[in-house]
Amino acid sequence: MDLISQVEKEYLKEEVLDFSPGDTVKVHFRVVEGNRERIQIFEGAVIKIKGSGLGKCFTVRRVSYGIGVERTFPVHSPKIEKITVARKGKVRRSKLYYLRKLKGKAARIKGAKY
Amino acid sequence: MEKAIMARKVGMTQIFDEDGLAIPVTVLEAGPCTVIDKRTVERDGYQAVQLGFLPAKKKHLNKPLQGHFAKNGVAPVRYVREFRLLDADSYEVGKEVKADLFAPGEYVDVSGVSKGKGFAGSIKRHGHSRGPMSHGSRYHRGPGSLGAIDPARVFKGQTLPGRMGGEKVTVQKLKVVKVDPEKNLLLVKGAVPGPRGVLLTVKNSVKVG
Repeated sequence: MDLISQVEKEYLKEEVLDFSPGDTVKVHFRVVEGNRERIQIFEGAVIKIKGSGLGKCFTVRRVSYGIGVERTFPVHSPKIEKITVARKGKVRRSKLYYLRKLKGKAARIKGAKY
Repeated sequence: MEKAIMARKVGMTQIFDEDGLAIPVTVLEAGPCTVIDKRTVERDGYQAVQLGFLPAKKKHLNKPLQGHFAKNGVAPVRYVREFRLLDADSYEVGKEVKADLFAPGEYVDVSGVSKGKGFAGSIKRHGHSRGPMSHGSRYHRGPGSLGAIDPARVFKGQTLPGRMGGEKVTVQKLKVVKVDPEKNLLLVKGAVPGPRGVLLTVKNSVKVG
Protein backbone atom coordinates (compact mmCIF):
# COMPACT_ATOMS: atom_id res chain seq x y z
CA MET A 1 0.00 0.00 0.00
CA ASP A 2 1.38 3.36 -0.91
CA LEU A 3 2.08 6.00 1.72
CA ILE A 4 -0.80 8.27 0.69
CA SER A 5 -3.45 5.62 1.31
CA GLN A 6 -1.73 4.71 4.57
CA VAL A 7 -2.17 8.31 5.69
CA GLU A 8 -5.78 8.40 4.48
CA LYS A 9 -6.67 5.06 6.05
CA GLU A 10 -6.80 6.54 9.54
CA TYR A 11 -9.47 9.05 8.51
CA LEU A 12 -11.65 6.77 6.37
CA LYS A 13 -14.99 5.73 7.79
CA GLU A 14 -15.18 2.02 8.41
CA GLU A 15 -18.61 1.61 6.94
CA VAL A 16 -19.94 3.77 4.18
CA LEU A 17 -23.50 3.33 3.01
CA ASP A 18 -23.76 2.30 -0.59
CA PHE A 19 -25.85 4.70 -2.64
CA SER A 20 -25.76 5.89 -6.22
CA PRO A 21 -26.85 8.90 -8.28
CA GLY A 22 -30.62 9.17 -8.48
CA ASP A 23 -31.21 7.95 -4.94
CA THR A 24 -33.03 10.18 -2.50
CA VAL A 25 -30.94 10.35 0.66
CA LYS A 26 -31.18 11.92 4.09
CA VAL A 27 -27.88 13.37 5.26
CA HIS A 28 -27.68 13.82 9.02
CA PHE A 29 -25.21 16.67 9.32
CA ARG A 30 -23.79 18.12 12.55
CA VAL A 31 -24.29 21.88 12.79
CA VAL A 32 -22.64 24.01 15.47
CA GLU A 33 -24.72 26.97 16.60
CA GLY A 34 -22.80 28.99 19.18
CA ASN A 35 -21.82 26.40 21.75
CA ARG A 36 -24.61 24.02 20.93
CA GLU A 37 -24.38 21.21 18.44
CA ARG A 38 -27.41 19.79 16.73
CA ILE A 39 -28.14 17.53 13.81
CA GLN A 40 -29.65 18.92 10.65
CA ILE A 41 -31.17 16.69 8.03
CA PHE A 42 -30.68 17.55 4.37
CA GLU A 43 -32.87 15.46 2.13
CA GLY A 44 -32.71 15.34 -1.63
CA ALA A 45 -31.57 13.51 -4.72
CA VAL A 46 -27.93 12.53 -5.23
CA ILE A 47 -26.96 14.12 -8.52
CA LYS A 48 -23.22 13.52 -8.48
CA ILE A 49 -20.60 11.29 -6.85
CA LYS A 50 -17.02 12.21 -7.57
CA GLY A 51 -13.51 11.46 -6.37
CA SER A 52 -12.04 8.48 -4.59
CA GLY A 53 -10.46 7.70 -1.26
CA LEU A 54 -10.72 10.36 1.40
CA GLY A 55 -11.62 13.04 -1.13
CA LYS A 56 -14.79 11.30 -2.31
CA CYS A 57 -17.73 13.72 -2.40
CA PHE A 58 -21.39 13.61 -3.32
CA THR A 59 -23.84 16.37 -4.18
CA VAL A 60 -27.44 16.39 -2.99
CA ARG A 61 -30.07 18.53 -4.72
CA ARG A 62 -33.41 19.52 -3.33
CA VAL A 63 -35.97 22.13 -4.24
CA SER A 64 -36.75 24.24 -1.21
CA TYR A 65 -39.65 26.75 -1.47
CA GLY A 66 -39.22 26.79 -5.24
CA ILE A 67 -35.48 27.43 -5.09
CA GLY A 68 -33.07 24.68 -6.09
CA VAL A 69 -30.45 24.03 -3.38
CA GLU A 70 -27.40 21.85 -3.87
CA ARG A 71 -24.99 20.81 -1.14
CA THR A 72 -21.78 18.86 -1.58
CA PHE A 73 -20.59 16.66 1.27
CA PRO A 74 -17.34 14.71 1.65
CA VAL A 75 -18.37 11.08 2.16
CA HIS A 76 -15.85 10.59 4.98
CA SER A 77 -16.52 13.89 6.75
CA PRO A 78 -16.72 13.42 10.53
CA LYS A 79 -19.49 16.04 10.49
CA ILE A 80 -21.83 13.58 8.81
CA GLU A 81 -23.56 11.61 11.55
CA LYS A 82 -25.17 9.17 9.13
CA ILE A 83 -26.70 8.84 5.71
CA THR A 84 -29.92 6.98 5.01
CA VAL A 85 -31.42 6.12 1.64
CA ALA A 86 -35.06 7.19 1.57
CA ARG A 87 -35.76 5.97 -1.95
CA LYS A 88 -33.80 4.16 -4.63
CA GLY A 89 -33.89 5.85 -8.01
CA LYS A 90 -33.49 4.49 -11.50
CA VAL A 91 -31.38 6.73 -13.76
CA ARG A 92 -29.28 6.12 -16.84
CA ARG A 93 -26.38 8.48 -16.24
CA SER A 94 -23.92 9.14 -13.43
CA LYS A 95 -24.20 12.93 -13.35
CA LEU A 96 -27.77 14.22 -13.19
CA TYR A 97 -27.09 17.84 -14.12
CA TYR A 98 -30.11 17.81 -16.43
CA LEU A 99 -32.34 17.99 -13.34
CA ARG A 100 -31.28 21.61 -12.84
CA LYS A 101 -33.23 22.68 -15.91
CA LEU A 102 -36.35 20.72 -15.06
CA LYS A 103 -39.18 21.81 -12.79
CA GLY A 104 -42.11 20.19 -11.03
CA LYS A 105 -43.32 16.88 -12.42
CA ALA A 106 -40.55 16.67 -15.03
CA ALA A 107 -37.86 16.75 -12.32
CA ARG A 108 -39.03 13.49 -10.77
CA ILE A 109 -36.79 10.42 -10.78
CA LYS A 110 -38.25 7.00 -11.47
CA GLY A 111 -38.01 4.56 -8.57
CA ALA A 112 -35.96 1.41 -8.94
CA LYS A 113 -37.63 -1.97 -8.86
CA TYR A 114 -36.62 -4.20 -6.00
CA MET B 1 18.29 28.22 11.52
CA GLU B 2 17.47 25.95 14.43
CA LYS B 3 16.44 22.71 12.82
CA ALA B 4 16.39 21.22 9.37
CA ILE B 5 15.76 17.89 7.70
CA MET B 6 15.69 16.49 4.18
CA ALA B 7 12.51 14.98 2.81
CA ARG B 8 10.96 13.33 -0.22
CA LYS B 9 7.61 14.52 -1.55
CA VAL B 10 5.10 11.69 -1.47
CA GLY B 11 2.03 13.52 -2.73
CA MET B 12 -1.04 15.47 -1.69
CA THR B 13 -4.27 14.45 -0.03
CA GLN B 14 -6.69 15.90 2.48
CA ILE B 15 -7.39 15.09 6.11
CA PHE B 16 -10.08 16.19 8.55
CA ASP B 17 -9.24 18.22 11.65
CA GLU B 18 -11.03 18.16 15.05
CA ASP B 19 -13.72 20.53 13.76
CA GLY B 20 -14.40 18.25 10.81
CA LEU B 21 -12.92 20.63 8.28
CA ALA B 22 -11.00 19.16 5.35
CA ILE B 23 -7.39 20.39 5.24
CA PRO B 24 -5.28 20.03 2.08
CA VAL B 25 -1.96 18.47 3.07
CA THR B 26 1.25 17.41 1.39
CA VAL B 27 2.74 14.18 2.68
CA LEU B 28 6.52 14.34 3.10
CA GLU B 29 8.75 11.40 3.90
CA ALA B 30 11.16 13.25 6.17
CA GLY B 31 14.30 11.42 7.16
CA PRO B 32 15.79 9.44 8.71
CA CYS B 33 18.81 11.60 7.94
CA THR B 34 22.25 10.61 9.17
CA VAL B 35 24.71 13.19 10.43
CA ILE B 36 27.66 12.68 8.08
CA ASP B 37 30.00 15.46 9.04
CA LYS B 38 30.22 18.66 11.02
CA ARG B 39 31.70 22.05 10.28
CA THR B 40 33.23 23.84 13.24
CA VAL B 41 34.26 27.45 13.80
CA GLU B 42 37.82 26.42 14.70
CA ARG B 43 38.40 24.32 11.59
CA ASP B 44 36.07 25.81 8.94
CA GLY B 45 35.22 29.28 10.23
CA TYR B 46 31.50 28.52 10.56
CA GLN B 47 29.33 25.89 12.13
CA ALA B 48 27.11 23.55 10.18
CA VAL B 49 25.86 20.00 10.02
CA GLN B 50 26.12 17.77 6.98
CA LEU B 51 23.10 15.51 6.64
CA GLY B 52 22.61 12.52 4.37
CA PHE B 53 19.31 11.14 3.09
CA LEU B 54 18.22 7.85 1.46
CA PRO B 55 20.63 4.89 1.51
CA ALA B 56 22.77 4.34 -1.60
CA LYS B 57 24.79 1.48 -2.97
CA LYS B 58 28.51 1.98 -2.84
CA LYS B 59 28.93 1.23 -6.53
CA HIS B 60 26.73 4.17 -7.45
CA LEU B 61 29.01 6.68 -5.73
CA ASN B 62 32.21 8.25 -6.96
CA LYS B 63 35.51 7.70 -5.17
CA PRO B 64 35.65 11.05 -3.33
CA LEU B 65 32.19 10.45 -1.79
CA GLN B 66 33.04 6.85 -0.93
CA GLY B 67 36.13 8.10 0.86
CA HIS B 68 34.15 10.79 2.66
CA PHE B 69 31.65 8.26 4.03
CA ALA B 70 34.40 5.78 4.96
CA LYS B 71 36.39 8.43 6.80
CA ASN B 72 33.43 9.38 8.97
CA GLY B 73 32.31 5.77 9.37
CA VAL B 74 28.74 6.26 8.12
CA ALA B 75 26.63 4.29 5.66
CA PRO B 76 26.66 5.68 2.09
CA VAL B 77 23.71 7.91 1.16
CA ARG B 78 22.30 9.34 -2.05
CA TYR B 79 21.90 12.96 -1.08
CA VAL B 80 24.23 15.09 1.05
CA ARG B 81 23.29 18.61 2.13
CA GLU B 82 24.80 21.05 4.58
CA PHE B 83 22.72 23.08 7.05
CA ARG B 84 24.01 26.01 9.07
CA LEU B 85 22.38 25.25 12.40
CA LEU B 86 22.80 27.34 15.54
CA ASP B 87 23.27 24.28 17.72
CA ALA B 88 25.46 22.36 15.28
CA ASP B 89 27.88 21.48 18.11
CA SER B 90 25.30 19.30 19.85
CA TYR B 91 25.01 16.95 16.84
CA GLU B 92 27.10 13.78 16.74
CA VAL B 93 28.40 12.15 13.57
CA GLY B 94 26.50 8.93 12.86
CA LYS B 95 23.36 9.97 14.78
CA GLU B 96 20.02 10.11 13.01
CA VAL B 97 17.64 13.03 12.57
CA LYS B 98 14.03 11.97 12.23
CA ALA B 99 10.65 13.44 11.37
CA ASP B 100 9.81 13.88 15.08
CA LEU B 101 12.18 16.85 14.99
CA PHE B 102 9.03 18.82 14.20
CA ALA B 103 5.81 18.85 16.20
CA PRO B 104 2.26 19.54 14.98
CA GLY B 105 1.43 23.24 15.04
CA GLU B 106 4.92 24.40 14.11
CA TYR B 107 5.61 26.33 10.93
CA VAL B 108 8.20 25.28 8.36
CA ASP B 109 9.77 26.55 5.15
CA VAL B 110 10.03 23.94 2.40
CA SER B 111 12.50 24.32 -0.48
CA GLY B 112 12.91 22.25 -3.58
CA VAL B 113 13.31 22.34 -7.34
CA SER B 114 10.02 23.25 -9.03
CA LYS B 115 8.47 21.41 -11.97
CA GLY B 116 10.04 22.39 -15.27
CA LYS B 117 7.61 24.10 -17.66
CA GLY B 118 9.98 24.34 -20.65
CA PHE B 119 10.04 27.44 -22.85
CA ALA B 120 7.04 29.42 -21.64
CA GLY B 121 5.49 32.61 -23.00
CA SER B 122 5.31 35.83 -21.01
CA ILE B 123 1.66 35.28 -20.04
CA LYS B 124 2.39 32.01 -18.26
CA ARG B 125 5.86 33.01 -17.07
CA HIS B 126 5.30 36.56 -15.85
CA GLY B 127 1.53 36.94 -15.68
CA HIS B 128 1.19 39.36 -18.59
CA SER B 129 -2.33 39.99 -19.77
CA ARG B 130 -3.62 38.75 -23.07
CA GLY B 131 -4.79 40.79 -26.06
CA PRO B 132 -8.22 40.32 -27.64
CA MET B 133 -8.48 36.97 -29.43
CA SER B 134 -11.02 38.16 -32.04
CA HIS B 135 -12.75 41.25 -33.51
CA GLY B 136 -9.89 41.73 -35.97
CA SER B 137 -7.23 41.82 -33.30
CA ARG B 138 -3.83 40.62 -34.43
CA TYR B 139 -2.28 40.84 -30.97
CA HIS B 140 -2.99 37.69 -28.95
CA ARG B 141 -0.42 36.31 -26.51
CA GLY B 142 2.73 38.23 -27.47
CA PRO B 143 4.96 40.07 -24.99
CA GLY B 144 3.94 43.50 -26.33
CA SER B 145 6.06 46.62 -26.16
CA LEU B 146 9.58 46.24 -24.77
CA GLY B 147 9.79 49.87 -23.68
CA ALA B 148 10.25 53.43 -24.91
CA ILE B 149 12.30 54.28 -28.00
CA ASP B 150 14.42 56.93 -26.34
CA PRO B 151 16.89 54.69 -24.43
CA ALA B 152 17.42 52.90 -27.76
CA ARG B 153 17.81 49.59 -25.93
CA VAL B 154 15.82 47.12 -23.87
CA PHE B 155 16.28 47.48 -20.11
CA LYS B 156 17.62 44.59 -18.09
CA GLY B 157 14.94 42.54 -16.39
CA GLN B 158 12.39 43.05 -19.18
CA THR B 159 9.86 40.22 -18.78
CA LEU B 160 10.13 38.04 -21.87
CA PRO B 161 9.42 34.42 -22.79
CA GLY B 162 11.99 31.83 -21.76
CA ARG B 163 12.70 28.78 -19.66
CA MET B 164 10.30 28.49 -16.74
CA GLY B 165 10.39 26.23 -13.70
CA GLY B 166 13.13 23.81 -12.72
CA GLU B 167 14.55 26.34 -10.28
CA LYS B 168 14.87 26.41 -6.51
CA VAL B 169 11.64 27.57 -4.89
CA THR B 170 10.95 28.07 -1.18
CA VAL B 171 7.44 28.05 0.22
CA GLN B 172 7.42 29.83 3.56
CA LYS B 173 5.35 29.31 6.66
CA LEU B 174 3.60 26.02 6.05
CA LYS B 175 1.89 24.60 9.11
CA VAL B 176 2.86 21.13 10.27
CA VAL B 177 -0.49 19.38 10.66
CA LYS B 178 0.65 15.95 11.73
CA VAL B 179 3.82 13.99 12.42
CA ASP B 180 4.11 10.21 12.15
CA PRO B 181 7.42 9.27 13.84
CA GLU B 182 7.07 5.56 12.99
CA LYS B 183 6.79 6.02 9.25
CA ASN B 184 8.83 9.25 9.32
CA LEU B 185 6.00 11.19 7.74
CA LEU B 186 5.42 14.90 7.95
CA LEU B 187 2.06 16.35 6.89
CA VAL B 188 2.21 20.04 6.04
CA LYS B 189 -0.75 22.22 5.08
CA GLY B 190 -0.64 23.37 1.46
CA ALA B 191 1.48 22.65 -1.58
CA VAL B 192 5.25 22.34 -1.89
CA PRO B 193 7.45 22.75 -5.00
CA GLY B 194 8.28 19.98 -7.42
CA PRO B 195 6.87 16.69 -8.68
CA ARG B 196 6.24 13.64 -6.48
CA GLY B 197 9.47 12.05 -5.32
CA VAL B 198 11.48 15.29 -5.42
CA LEU B 199 14.13 15.98 -2.78
CA LEU B 200 13.10 18.77 -0.41
CA THR B 201 14.65 20.53 2.54
CA VAL B 202 12.39 21.33 5.48
CA LYS B 203 13.51 24.02 7.89
CA ASN B 204 11.77 25.82 10.72
CA SER B 205 10.13 28.96 9.38
CA VAL B 206 12.14 32.19 9.39
CA LYS B 207 8.92 34.16 9.81
CA VAL B 208 7.79 32.53 13.06
CA GLY B 209 9.73 32.41 16.34
